[in-house]
Amino acid sequence: MNATDTLALLPLLLLAGTTIVVMLGIAAKRSHKLTAGLTLTGFAASFLSIFAVARLVPRQVTSLLLLDGYALFYLGLIVASAAAVAVLSYQYFAKHDGQHEELYLLLVLATLGCSVLVMSVHFVSFLLGLEVLSVSLYGMVAYFTGRGQALEAGIKYLVLASASAAFLLFGMALIYADTGTMAFSSVADLSVGKSNLALLLPGIALTVTGIGFKLGVVPFHLWIPDVYQGAPAPVSAFVATTSKTALVGLLLRYLAPGTRQSPAVFFLFAVIAIASMCAGNLLALRQNNVKRVLAYSSIAHFGYILVAFLAASTMASGAVAFYLVAYTVTILAAFGIIAVLSTSEADAADLEQYRGLFWRRPLLASVFTAVLLSLAGIPATMGFVGKFYILASGANASAWLLIIVLVLTSVIGLFYYLRIVVTLFSEVPEPQPSTQRLDWSTAFLLGGLAVLLIWFGVYPAPLLNLIRATLGGPN
Amino acid sequence: MILIFLIATLLLGGILAAISARWSTNLPRWISLAAIAVDLGLSARIWTGRSLSASKTWYDEVDWNWVPNFGIHFHLAVDGLSFLMLMLTFFIGIIAVLCSWTEIREKIGFFHFNLMWVLAGIVSVFLAMDLFLFYFAWELMLIPMYFLIVIWGHERRVYAGTKFFLFTQCSGLLMLIAILALYFIHHQTTGVYTFEYSELLGTTLSSSAELAIMLGFFIAFAVKLPVVPLHTWLPDAHTEAPTAGSVILAGLLLKTGGYGLLRFVIPLFPRAAHEFTPVALALAVFGIIYGAVMAFSQTDLKRLVAYTSVSHLGFVLLGIFSWNPLALQGAIMTMICHGLSTGALFVLVGGLQERIHTRDLNRMGGLWAVAPRLSASALFFSLASLGLPGLGDFVGEFLVLLGSYKVSVTLTVFATGGILASTFYALRMMQRAFFGPNTNSWRLPDLTPRELLMISAMILGLLWLGFYPQPVLNIFAPAMHNLQHEVQMPAATLGSQP
Repeated sequence: MNATDTLALLPLLLLAGTTIVVMLGIAAKRSHKLTAGLTLTGFAASFLSIFAVARLVPRQVTSLLLLDGYALFYLGLIVASAAAVAVLSYQYFAKHDGQHEELYLLLVLATLGCSVLVMSVHFVSFLLGLEVLSVSLYGMVAYFTGRGQALEAGIKYLVLASASAAFLLFGMALIYADTGTMAFSSVADLSVGKSNLALLLPGIALTVTGIGFKLGVVPFHLWIPDVYQGAPAPVSAFVATTSKTALVGLLLRYLAPGTRQSPAVFFLFAVIAIASMCAGNLLALRQNNVKRVLAYSSIAHFGYILVAFLAASTMASGAVAFYLVAYTVTILAAFGIIAVLSTSEADAADLEQYRGLFWRRPLLASVFTAVLLSLAGIPATMGFVGKFYILASGANASAWLLIIVLVLTSVIGLFYYLRIVVTLFSEVPEPQPSTQRLDWSTAFLLGGLAVLLIWFGVYPAPLLNLIRATLGGPN
Repeated sequence: MILIFLIATLLLGGILAAISARWSTNLPRWISLAAIAVDLGLSARIWTGRSLSASKTWYDEVDWNWVPNFGIHFHLAVDGLSFLMLMLTFFIGIIAVLCSWTEIREKIGFFHFNLMWVLAGIVSVFLAMDLFLFYFAWELMLIPMYFLIVIWGHERRVYAGTKFFLFTQCSGLLMLIAILALYFIHHQTTGVYTFEYSELLGTTLSSSAELAIMLGFFIAFAVKLPVVPLHTWLPDAHTEAPTAGSVILAGLLLKTGGYGLLRFVIPLFPRAAHEFTPVALALAVFGIIYGAVMAFSQTDLKRLVAYTSVSHLGFVLLGIFSWNPLALQGAIMTMICHGLSTGALFVLVGGLQERIHTRDLNRMGGLWAVAPRLSASALFFSLASLGLPGLGDFVGEFLVLLGSYKVSVTLTVFATGGILASTFYALRMMQRAFFGPNTNSWRLPDLTPRELLMISAMILGLLWLGFYPQPVLNIFAPAMHNLQHEVQMPAATLGSQP
């Protein structure tokens, strides 16, 4: 590892440095504002350094990490979404009593874990990144130790995540036993007789279990609704966006397009995708808790992403990247609104709390409407372009069954999104004046996300160009 | 550029109307009227500025790169067919604003915002010549319509609005898959990624692929038109929507289905459409009779009018799939006249409901004595609806039947039976609501000057179309010629169909 290699790791080093600075900051002076400020500065520095190292890529740093355009794109998305979560946390936690500074420490650590994941090309860095992420998340999910739901969510996450990590490790061991190497390239070749498929295929299946757990796809989705519901809204946003983005980024790298097309792997993922799309949308139908609706809808959305993952072309990896950006922007805005409406006693999760929101707070409700329409994939939002992109890559790969399931289940999905929209616009007998004020940082963030949501929904060309430039897309 | 202004004026008008509601309740209404008036003026500019050379397909067009990575263009263009639809849109748009003048008293700004945006969506649908843009506009016009139904509708508005949205969205997504399939097949054969209508015409497709893709489009348009059995959203949506919503649904949204069949389904997939013709014709005739029978047995006046739409739009489907000049002219005439006559009936029913707060036929009766002008207008439009010669609907349906006679005598006979059935429901409606004894001793104000103005404009329109339809047919003729030119399917071969 020479000096240039170290320089190439600058975004990671800055994140790691931020944790130390934040920690020392907390030790020196316990101030919510200062800690949040340090965290955001660290994220900003790390984000900017991505542009600085962009001219060094592609570059393999040790056998563990690969820095290429792909890694940098996902890294940018991860750091940006984590920064947005930090902004949301600031207003959200300021409403609550207690000490909030450690949350930022955990947030930066979890982000570091995510960043390692999208760069890793080796089981060692994979496991290291995943564990840094998981361990930080246990703390974040159960941050309100006084709330029963939060503790339940934290314990549930801890137990299931540890179990899935065990599966993952066992899978890695099997693959290593077969191929003798821990690099991802070892699983690339499934067809040739030189590898022992009796070890390799179970190995892949077990590692997919570990990844599928973190992605929350069926049948590894059981923790999702409880954790979304129990965790503080900004933490739910982090679980939904940043950590899942990292895992998708890893999954695309781990199973190369050729591997995905081998029949066994294709079948495995096709079943997971179809089950996720159906179960996610159907289970969300009867929920009256907005956070749980978002949880179940996330199961379905990652089913959609798997459709593009299975299409396995350059177009498809562009579709995955676009969809992740769209989903991140949309979900951050959604949890941002939940965070704004939450009180110090409980998060604003019950659907009834949203009744007639449009007539009380038209701007906030308009943003939420745009968010829901984006999740439903209605034109003029990023969600539509994302869904279009996925359908296009599916059609391009002639995966007709998958895209027809996608279409039919997303119509079911429309039903519960519309239910929330109707609630937003319905009459209230006596509108109570809202007490939650919107501070300027959250207002700025929500406004920015809404503008992105519509702007890239109407004119996606700049983002598509960026994706093509970094990942190599169609045409 | 004028085409962009057409859409932008409506979008901007909607935003201004929403903002202006802070200061005055009437301002949003006047702003909406002004925006539509500006659009009418712009359309006059298009008409006078059109190029008259026969080789040019379009009166005017705009073609911008939109998403070059996918070969998506922002391509708007207007020909005779689109122009007629635009005129209808603006006319019905004005009626929709006027008929909600006193009906809508709450959230006026947001109402007019939605009204303007749904009109903008419809205008974009009629202008889009890029299939991606078309789908974009197709879906976009749903959302404001959905809000119109669920916020200002009647008792079961949420159910009706959601059903409407789910039906259209599901069929729309099938169309999106079909569009994508066409896009990739076109790329495979030519190496060009494009959603451009004129380039996708004449894409070589295997016959099974062509049929599958054609069905994707057909179902989307059949839901909108509506074709029985995909019509079940329509009675609910029409009944529960506020008057302006029903007028726009019946007058315009259904027409987007007919327009889509005419513009896309048959020109893009002539062979598959040809194979599919017997099914489509049978569905059309079934719809005509089914709609009439269902209308006859309704007790909710608004639902009755809604079912007449199912019947009338059956003629449009019959005309389009007969695909000969007479039938096509008939289809376009039916689309326009149905917009006027059914729109007017919804205005009258809405006015009646505003006065007596019920739509139940059993509770009405004897209204002629207390509100003669309203009743007489209802009689006029019922007669139009049952196809009285001298009024526009007659011309349309007569031409359709003439055209379809060349294709299938049997089906034409049944379709004519549908006209007969329409006499029953129209007269029954008159009988129950307006004639007979006034058992409930209703006392209600007659039509106001504002309503009279709307109604007389629609009466004059129908009379003009009934006695002198030639200008409409002349505008449509070059466009029809082009559409038929795209399709190497002479009418004679269709004549061999059962």
